[in-house]
Amino acid sequence: MPSTIVLNGNAAAAEAVKQVKPDVVTVYPMASGAEMMGHIASFAADGLIDSEIINMESGHSAMSGCIGASAAGGRVFTFAASQSLAAMHETLFIASSLRLPIVAAIVNGALAAPANMIADHADSMAERDCCWIQIFSENPQEIYDNIIQAYKIAEHMDVRIPIMVAADGFISSHSMENVIIEEVGEVAEFVGKFTPFQSLLDSDNPKTIGSRDMSQYYFEYKVNQLQGIENSRKVIKEVGKEFGNRFGRYYGFFEPYKLENAEYALVLMGSSTGTAKELIDELRAGGEKVGLLKLRIFRPFPSAELREALAGLTAVAVLERVLTPGSAGGPLFNEIRSALYDVEKRPSIFPYVYGLGGRDIRMEHFREIVKEMKAGQEEVVETGVEVKYVNLREAND
Amino acid sequence: MISLKEMAKKEDLFVSGHEMCPGCGIPVILKIVLRTTKCPLVVSNASGCLQSASTNFPATSWKLNWIHTAVENAAGTMSGIQATYSSLKKQGKLPVDKKIKFLVIGGDGATYDSGLRSISGAMERGEDFVYLCYDNQLYACSGGQRSSATPMGAATTTSPSGNVLPGKLQPRKNISNIFAAHEIPYVAQSAPWIWQDLYKKAERAFETTGPAYLNVLNPCPSMWKAPANKSIEITKLAADTCVWPIFEIKDGTKVTVNYKPKKKLPVTLWLESQARFTHLLKVENNWIVKKIQEEVDKDWEFLISSENKNRTN
Repeated sequence: MPSTIVLNGNAAAAEAVKQVKPDVVTVYPMASGAEMMGHIASFAADGLIDSEIINMESGHSAMSGCIGASAAGGRVFTFAASQSLAAMHETLFIASSLRLPIVAAIVNGALAAPANMIADHADSMAERDCCWIQIFSENPQEIYDNIIQAYKIAEHMDVRIPIMVAADGFISSHSMENVIIEEVGEVAEFVGKFTPFQSLLDSDNPKTIGSRDMSQYYFEYKVNQLQGIENSRKVIKEVGKEFGNRFGRYYGFFEPYKLENAEYALVLMGSSTGTAKELIDELRAGGEKVGLLKLRIFRPFPSAELREALAGLTAVAVLERVLTPGSAGGPLFNEIRSALYDVEKRPSIFPYVYGLGGRDIRMEHFREIVKEMKAGQEEVVETGVEVKYVNLREAND
Repeated sequence: MISLKEMAKKEDLFVSGHEMCPGCGIPVILKIVLRTTKCPLVVSNASGCLQSASTNFPATSWKLNWIHTAVENAAGTMSGIQATYSSLKKQGKLPVDKKIKFLVIGGDGATYDSGLRSISGAMERGEDFVYLCYDNQLYACSGGQRSSATPMGAATTTSPSGNVLPGKLQPRKNISNIFAAHEIPYVAQSAPWIWQDLYKKAERAFETTGPAYLNVLNPCPSMWKAPANKSIEITKLAADTCVWPIFEIKDGTKVTVNYKPKKKLPVTLWLESQARFTHLLKVENNWIVKKIQEEVDKDWEFLISSENKNRTN
């Protein structure tokens, strides 16, 4: 029987890891997710899991250890947040290029300076081109569900691409909610056994992994690598459906919320969607045709599906928790605007930046955004609209 | 003591076709070290000359399981490999009697400089691996830049000799002592000229349970600006001038000096053997030669006194 337990996101992640039973877990502490790793280390100390826990001396080594462990044929888990994810940067490219199905929980946090580490997508967005699948979670239940699904997706023979399961630091990672924990046997059966494609421990079949590859083959290597992340589109959908069929919670690239017959929509990722949904309920109750789209999969970016979901709308406000200096809007805004470029009747698209360094975004802010979005329709909206900052202090405030 | 003939009969796990420079010491060192264990090996190789010149895709010189990730994390990568090995054994997914040895290889840049944190971490965790540093005293793969292993006075592209500066101003980092201070079971320094010593030390390193560190002087004629056919002799000169002492340290404190020159030669002979030091032979640079000699003498005396200390203990 599944059980419902009150857990925060860190504990929910640890429960998923306990059930998926990785062979190796590498650890480098960061305040926002250290509790998760503490739980996992306790499971190992109590003999509940056989995982080897490696206490690394840096985030860079934590990912390097994952690469080694995965290349040796192990199922692997690690965690990173904010600075430690940035410290992993070069190794993230290596992990995906070696086609290693590593799963990492990312407790999203702001990047210094100033030192902060609280909810902010700057850390994940800085890694958006490293060929990892990026899944964003709203709450502890989704963190648990997404980690379980991540192993099934990453280890699929057609994919073999590492996955980051992200959640907002000190918000989703720390808030306590009811979380349905599935039966361990059910989860094990769902995820399946990991059969490594190759292993450094297979002494009869020596291989050279990570060789030098100059201009003769590098280009082809990198383009071929894309097949994995492209193939993942199908697998993500299948796994989300299979998960739903088994456990009753269905997942896709995104979650549309009251989008049917909507004229206006908010698009965002992560923990703040909870608040935004409250506002949508309120506005819908007042007869306003407003909906929401919560993006779950940022990489691979589901352009085609988003196009279908958003094409008929009058206006869309894209909200993101990241600053993209020197760019006309953030990565989510640019991807969505690009996805909608070819539709016959394009909605107006407004870029908003909110919540940097863990700044609150509340009902009144979402309400204001909807109001602005509606007002914008009276005039022709040019491309390259100015980014608006939500709940930013005025000078001298 | 193994004979050259016996050693030659053993299978070569590092084979020809690589692109190492003429006179480079790395293939010589490897051919000795890789012959010292019968166990299958996994190698984690840091970025550098060896990694770059031995694996030009789709070719490889390695007849064993080998991985390269980046420059500063070869030890951390190996930590993961070993953890999978331990975990799979614990779970019965690998036969209990299956034995694999783990060898991490890096140049001095990847060891003294960028990899230091990663190696220190793996040593502190007490992992069962051998770390082999082929130390040619500079970043050679990128064209000859200063590393913290570069000896005082050497000219490199980033510590050149000019009208004002006489090459590198600082003495090299004493990495063997740093790793010995981790109180790991085995630390040894050797060089290709004394191949029996290197063989014995590599054998001992593989037999050691826990971390073992081998610091091997790697002659680099290309960057040392020395004749390629003299590279092994030059490493002997390094020992006879006490620039590169041959010693081992067990359990962090027990020092044995394995080679003591009958007559300790002046460092000038070592400096004269390589054009990277030519500028030091100018009169105005006498002061630095004097300083180099003082540093070498100080380190040698410290080594001898450490050996004597553990004798008297």
